[in-house]
Amino acid sequence: MENKITSKQMLADLLDSHYRSALEAKAAGKIVAWATSICPQELLETLDIDVVYPENHAAAIGARKHASEFIEQAEGTGYSSDICSYARVNLGYADIRHSEAGDIPMPDLIFCCSNICNTVIKWYENLAKTLKIPLILFDMPFNHTFEIPEHSVAYMRGQIDHAICKLEEITKKRFDYDKFGEVMELSNQTCEWWKKATDLAKAEPSPLNGFDMFNYMAIIVCMRGKKEGREVFRLWHDELKEKADLGIGPWKDREEKYRVMWDGIACWPHLSVTYKTLKKYGINMVTSTYPESWNILYEKNDRNGMAAAYSANYANRNLDYGTGNVIKLVRDFRLDGIIYHSNRSCKLMDFRQYEVQRRIEAATGVPSVIFDGDQTDPRVFSEAQYETRIQALLEMMENNKAERQEQCKNSKRA
Amino acid sequence: MQEFKESMKALQAAALHPGKTVRLSMRETGREAIGCFPIYTPDEIVYAAGYLPVGMWGGKTQIRLADKYLQGFCCSIMRANMEFGLQGTYDFLKAVIIPAFCDTLKCICENWKVAVPQIPAIPMVYPQNRKLETGFRYLIAELKRVKKEIEGIKGAEISEAELEKAFRIYEEYRAVMRDFVKASAVHPLTVSPVARHLIIKAGFFMDKAKYTALVRGIVEGLQALPEEKCRGVKAVATGLIGEPAELPEIFGENGICIAADDFAQESRQFRVKGREEGSVWEKMAYRTVDQEGCTFLFDEEKPKGRMLIRMTEETGAKAVIVCMMKFCDPEEFDFPVIKEELEAARIPILCLEIDQQMDSFEQIRTRVQSFVEMLNEDVI
Repeated sequence: MENKITSKQMLADLLDSHYRSALEAKAAGKIVAWATSICPQELLETLDIDVVYPENHAAAIGARKHASEFIEQAEGTGYSSDICSYARVNLGYADIRHSEAGDIPMPDLIFCCSNICNTVIKWYENLAKTLKIPLILFDMPFNHTFEIPEHSVAYMRGQIDHAICKLEEITKKRFDYDKFGEVMELSNQTCEWWKKATDLAKAEPSPLNGFDMFNYMAIIVCMRGKKEGREVFRLWHDELKEKADLGIGPWKDREEKYRVMWDGIACWPHLSVTYKTLKKYGINMVTSTYPESWNILYEKNDRNGMAAAYSANYANRNLDYGTGNVIKLVRDFRLDGIIYHSNRSCKLMDFRQYEVQRRIEAATGVPSVIFDGDQTDPRVFSEAQYETRIQALLEMMENNKAERQEQCKNSKRA
Repeated sequence: MQEFKESMKALQAAALHPGKTVRLSMRETGREAIGCFPIYTPDEIVYAAGYLPVGMWGGKTQIRLADKYLQGFCCSIMRANMEFGLQGTYDFLKAVIIPAFCDTLKCICENWKVAVPQIPAIPMVYPQNRKLETGFRYLIAELKRVKKEIEGIKGAEISEAELEKAFRIYEEYRAVMRDFVKASAVHPLTVSPVARHLIIKAGFFMDKAKYTALVRGIVEGLQALPEEKCRGVKAVATGLIGEPAELPEIFGENGICIAADDFAQESRQFRVKGREEGSVWEKMAYRTVDQEGCTFLFDEEKPKGRMLIRMTEETGAKAVIVCMMKFCDPEEFDFPVIKEELEAARIPILCLEIDQQMDSFEQIRTRVQSFVEMLNEDVI
């Protein structure tokens, strides 16, 4: 019998080897970078720099319930409990340098891109200062207009060229533009397969349980520019496609009754309870704003296009774009409801959430609830509140479904 | 002598009644007003267009309507601005400029477009990589874009000559303010911490030409007086803002003299002198390039801690007071770094968590008292 590896096994193996090889690289005296999750990693990959992603590491620490130790460390040195908990976990880790949840090598270089928030600028500035290492900042101006302004593209392009010079200086290597082109091509392909795979959740029932998507997110963050990254998404896509073609839903032991979107990051320390509560009621999270966030597509060797693509993620766009994007998700994925995570860590997402919710509801009539939580700080979550909100959503979705069924029945009689 | 003291009083009163002051300034100058959100905005362009730039640093109010847009863990200045906008308090403004210096400001600008549609929002994004050529060019393009938007509101072009004139008026204002903070530092009895704060704040609501003349008179009046000795603790203050006014009042009650400040609302507005060379656009952009130690502008070196130490050395201050605006992420991120540096330099720090809407000051009063007592004991 053929011993076929599943995408889930491949995901675990890849993550394991990702962290192991970064630690080995560090031990061998190679340059290691810490980078933000949606940064132009193509530059680092071209120069063969090992990269680890503090956001991903913090999420892993949170999911394995080890965040408190690092949060306490950071708060003990003066960080406010109000700031992003990924930052607190990582800054705490930069002091303690060991976690039972897994280790990452300390960086020689900090690589920061502000397309996800301005918070990372402050966080990474502190890392660079404390660790006395260089920082390369990609500043991607917030897009208050629907389109990315031309002068912003020129500014970002200028920063890419500057970063190449700075990286050549740091690595003492010549930047290989042919390889750069190849990495660009590969990164685009990985993004395409990520999108194609996550898009399969449009099938009814969805073959994908969205909490699995949170797990696969680690690869789109960490291995976008690598062949293995592309392959895992291709395999995942094929598996999901097979399930979709056979009409297999997200769970073996339960039917998908309702399809929802999850707005915001997962509550990593409470992943299990947030997931099981939904599953109990047959609610499947089929999508979020994340599939689109890594849909970073541009033409090979087009640095301006690359700059614009990186600047175009959901968090860096105006309300009109954000709303349009979610309305499209509601329609494409045939959603019954939306769960908004008012994530105490992420002011950029939170302070637009109320207005987004109102607009989506007005445009689509889809019910929604907001719950209070946090991406890694376990203190900011109440299981009781979460369950009550989910029950409220369930009730609204049930009513909508009953109304729809009633309408259909009536239309037949007529 | 009396005249400058009258000006001091008048400016303090002006700062305590922003609405009244702005209306008076509009009447006196015949200018309509454009609101300017924190931290920095190109006020010179607004002024050159014939408008009165009005600083929008929040204020005390009951937050009710803003809750429709913002969770409770949003900075109190921004909640207040949204609240005033929704209440209609700002309806006399022709537009507001909202720069995206932090994640909250990005959202405020987006919400404003929906919540307060009667007052057009002009977004502005300053570059963080301001020291790179590409950032410098981008900033100039962004300034010119804002100029176009203001021209759209005005319905007429702003000439280069008008802009140059406005820049000169603002450079003069900034120079006089630098003199004022220096003169205040050596006259801490005449200029109490609350007087110092309010006099600076009044500038946000007045025509700069008139305001500068009044402050110049105060500076000259102070310079004519013999220097005064601080009877308590000389301190350098930092943070986003040093208000509400009860806060500097408490400093004054406890004998704290403000030797220098690094408040975003105060010295950061005027401590950078424009360069001599270049076009007026370049001069404006250079002011952002040359700003050092500002929480809201990226700097790999993070010089704020060193800057505060230097400020204490230059002024003979004995302590640093950090007024930490609750929910201000950028300031909160800077704190552990400056704390470590100040502690290494053996400079005592008092960190006070503040909120613009706070109405109970007893805890702060007690902390300030204990801090002063502790420092006085050290002296003994």
